Amino acid sequence: MTISRQLHPQTGQSETGTSGSGLTVTGKAHFQSHYIPNTLDEQKKVLSAIGLSSIDELFHDIPESFRNPSLNLPGPLSELEIQQELTALASRNRSLNSGPSFLGAGSYHHFIPAIVKALVTRGEFLTAYTPYQAEASQGTLQVIFEFQSLVCNLFGMEVANAGMYDNATALAEGALMACRVTKRNKVVLSQTLSPAYEQVIRTYCQAQGIETTTASPEYLNIDDEAACLVVQYPNFFGYIEDLGAQSETAHDHGALIVVSTDTTALGMFNPPGHFGVDIVTAEGQPLGIPASFGGPYVGLFATKEEYIRQMPSRLSGRTVDSNGNTGYVLTLQTREQHIRRERATSNICTNEALYALAATVYLAAMGKQGMRQVAELCYQKAHYAAAKIAELPGYSLAINGTFFQEFLVKCPTSPVEVNRRLLERGILGGLDVSDKIPSGLLLCVTEMNSRDNIDALVSALSEVS
Amino acid sequence: MANRPTRDTSRLLMDQSVPGRVGVVLPESDVPFQQLPDGSLLRAELDLPEVSEPEVVNYFTALSQLNFSIDTNFYPLGSCTMKYNPKINDEVAFLPGFAGIHPLQPAEQSQGALELLYRLQGFLGEITGLNAVSLATLAGAHGEFAGMLMIRAYHLAKGDTARRKVAIPDSAHGTNPASAAMAGFEVVELASDENGNVDMEALQEVAGPDLAGVMITLPSTLGLFDTNIVDVCAVVHEAGGLVYGDGANMNALLGRVKLGELGFDVAHLNLHKTFSTPHGGGGPGAGPVCVGDTLAPFLPAPVVVSDIPGNNGGTDDNTTYALAEPENTIGKMSGFHGNFGVLVRAYTYIRTLGADGMREISGNAVLNANYVMQGLKDAYHLPYDRTCMHEAVFSADWQKSRGVSGLEIAKRLLDYGFHSPTLYFPMIVPEALMIEPTESETLETLDSFIQAMRDIDREVTENPDLVRHAPHTTPVSRLDEATAARQPDLRWKRQTS
Repeated sequence: MTISRQLHPQTGQSETGTSGSGLTVTGKAHFQSHYIPNTLDEQKKVLSAIGLSSIDELFHDIPESFRNPSLNLPGPLSELEIQQELTALASRNRSLNSGPSFLGAGSYHHFIPAIVKALVTRGEFLTAYTPYQAEASQGTLQVIFEFQSLVCNLFGMEVANAGMYDNATALAEGALMACRVTKRNKVVLSQTLSPAYEQVIRTYCQAQGIETTTASPEYLNIDDEAACLVVQYPNFFGYIEDLGAQSETAHDHGALIVVSTDTTALGMFNPPGHFGVDIVTAEGQPLGIPASFGGPYVGLFATKEEYIRQMPSRLSGRTVDSNGNTGYVLTLQTREQHIRRERATSNICTNEALYALAATVYLAAMGKQGMRQVAELCYQKAHYAAAKIAELPGYSLAINGTFFQEFLVKCPTSPVEVNRRLLERGILGGLDVSDKIPSGLLLCVTEMNSRDNIDALVSALSEVS
Repeated sequence: MANRPTRDTSRLLMDQSVPGRVGVVLPESDVPFQQLPDGSLLRAELDLPEVSEPEVVNYFTALSQLNFSIDTNFYPLGSCTMKYNPKINDEVAFLPGFAGIHPLQPAEQSQGALELLYRLQGFLGEITGLNAVSLATLAGAHGEFAGMLMIRAYHLAKGDTARRKVAIPDSAHGTNPASAAMAGFEVVELASDENGNVDMEALQEVAGPDLAGVMITLPSTLGLFDTNIVDVCAVVHEAGGLVYGDGANMNALLGRVKLGELGFDVAHLNLHKTFSTPHGGGGPGAGPVCVGDTLAPFLPAPVVVSDIPGNNGGTDDNTTYALAEPENTIGKMSGFHGNFGVLVRAYTYIRTLGADGMREISGNAVLNANYVMQGLKDAYHLPYDRTCMHEAVFSADWQKSRGVSGLEIAKRLLDYGFHSPTLYFPMIVPEALMIEPTESETLETLDSFIQAMRDIDREVTENPDLVRHAPHTTPVSRLDEATAARQPDLRWKRQTS
């Protein structure tokens, strides 16, 4: 498939039937948008106040031959029509709640308490800018401080930042940071890392002349030139690797260890910080953020205090005001692009603050007990499903080890065919990973899957062979 | 603050915690018990809050009330385009058919999402005149990084390994040099001339066989349309380089000019600025990259393509959409396909306004900025006295000579209920105050803002200490940033007694 077809704007819907586009056709009439208060009369009043006679005169610095180009967009729509158009588009997508779903691989279907949406859609959070003016942004700054604190506690790490775009970019920035810390230019990637993360790390490393190699998680062919070892815990296939041994191996070679982890798993499994690791990242999406076709999410990022000045992205720090009251400010900004420009630790500016808020609300609501409960629910249900599937003729578990909520199944036929047959029964299957493991299907079971869902999956699988 | 919250925000969540309280009740397991893994694999403790649901809602609601926001305050933060964020855009982004779809589900199960993305690529290509678009980049700086990687890949594909430099005007956002450096380039600063345009002589000097490209923000961060822009593009192309456009200020240009026609090869757009998606206190954003034919094969993956079966003369009833990887892609830039929820909002915005609405945005945004400029230029020094675009950049050096800084004026504005302008940026204007009113404000608001700025100017003379120690009405007064940086306190710690 080529990309040339996108050269033609796909305007799609009919352009008839709206008052807006009707007026456009005449070419003269004024389109008064409900988002723009100024009326034509007000525009005239302002124009005369500034000594001009038309809006077009404001643009006289644009060379005339380039000014006012044709703009081929479909006509404006009323809110009623927009609702209808978007509802129609949305109805052509299968939503995770419309039937049993067993797809994970980096985006997970978890329960989201109602308060998360209620709080993140408050205009005071939603429509604020980055908190550069601290006195006018204490709400956002204190939320970021809470976020940093709870991420540290979840990971068992010393310091966390205000968030990255997503986990893939957080991990890539972690690898770059390890190169700065060690002054080395080689990144070793575990073979059990998500292929998407691996690709993003390669994109980020390529231009700076940083070499990327891969290693098997058991036999880490790491040498004294490696800046870091990048591993995933649980790994891409859902299994718990020996992070303590990996950490030791990396450190024996003077390298750092960078770990991508899963926030839900940390409700029960040892936190990465327990193993003395150097940088930890995670996808924040499981913390109260909808799957939303892959974004917006938020990347969690934490490290040791000794590396703080090499850390990318914003930090909120606690301080006092001129009256001695506690307050919060963006701090250690000399790491950042708006101060340090080309010598900054990263180019990141706008990150995902609203979803750091969502994650903070989620962690607050779930709390100590809720995080443990949801982790155990996922574990229980995933292990129930795995045991049932392993009993089916032709099916087996591809890996023998401790897993959390995802596991790798070897299918009697191609995973594509298995998924197709599942979908016929209204079930969204797993991820086809047959390019990595022959006949491999990566399934994910969370607290959202009832026993009936799982039994339906097992029954459907038994009919495919 | 008049509406100081009644709920206490002084204690952090961990300090509010009471053993045994829960914020969520979860269902019991409905499957037979499965043996837990070996205890050595399990964590011994988990330090998270134990608070009830009402406490969570009260706490975060009270925190929200400590913020200024567009919904509550005029927010004329220059270069940030703090315009009204339509509520319908949020509503549609939360539809289950958008918010509830998995990024890896089969394309047949997400045709509505893919069609929306395909159309949005088309809209943004049409608006910029750069017709090939990837929506996979997650913020403005992320788009810049992708653009720089594409320029690098383009030269390398031609076997040209000598192009190590990227030239960037001294007025540029800090992300520009940082993004160029992340892509492995050496950054050369370009001077601005006395009119705020790129200095053509300075450009000629760097336009050689080692120049990979230039990064230009149009209009510039001075709020000015660079009248040399066509020549700038020509000089760079003549030298074999490419021109990158930072689209942070596109609100001024919607429907007025197309970057591709001016000679730009690649540009990013900030959907969280120009296209009204909420900034969220610092994101999420989206920074799609738009390119012309030369760079199209290098776009970051994925892009959305359409396939019309049998090419049946344009009826698109049977059109299907899929994700694809451009031929010489620089690679994947993010975990999945972009910040979809943001892209849905931007699509909705463009669809709501259409071509006429795009011109109304730029026309009224520029009109309002010039109105503010006219209303203040006798009270505040205007270093570049030209028709401005979407924002007006003043210097507070007249007030500084009377002993009050731009920072103090910006803080005093908070007492009047207005968010501060962007401060001390661009760096080439001393005591810079960068004011961007946007098209979504009323003249009544602009008049009261102008009046406030004039009142503060009078206070600088009559009661300078009032301004120097501002703000007086915010939840906290001026904060000790020096100590915060010297002794970083970045997370909750258990008090040891």
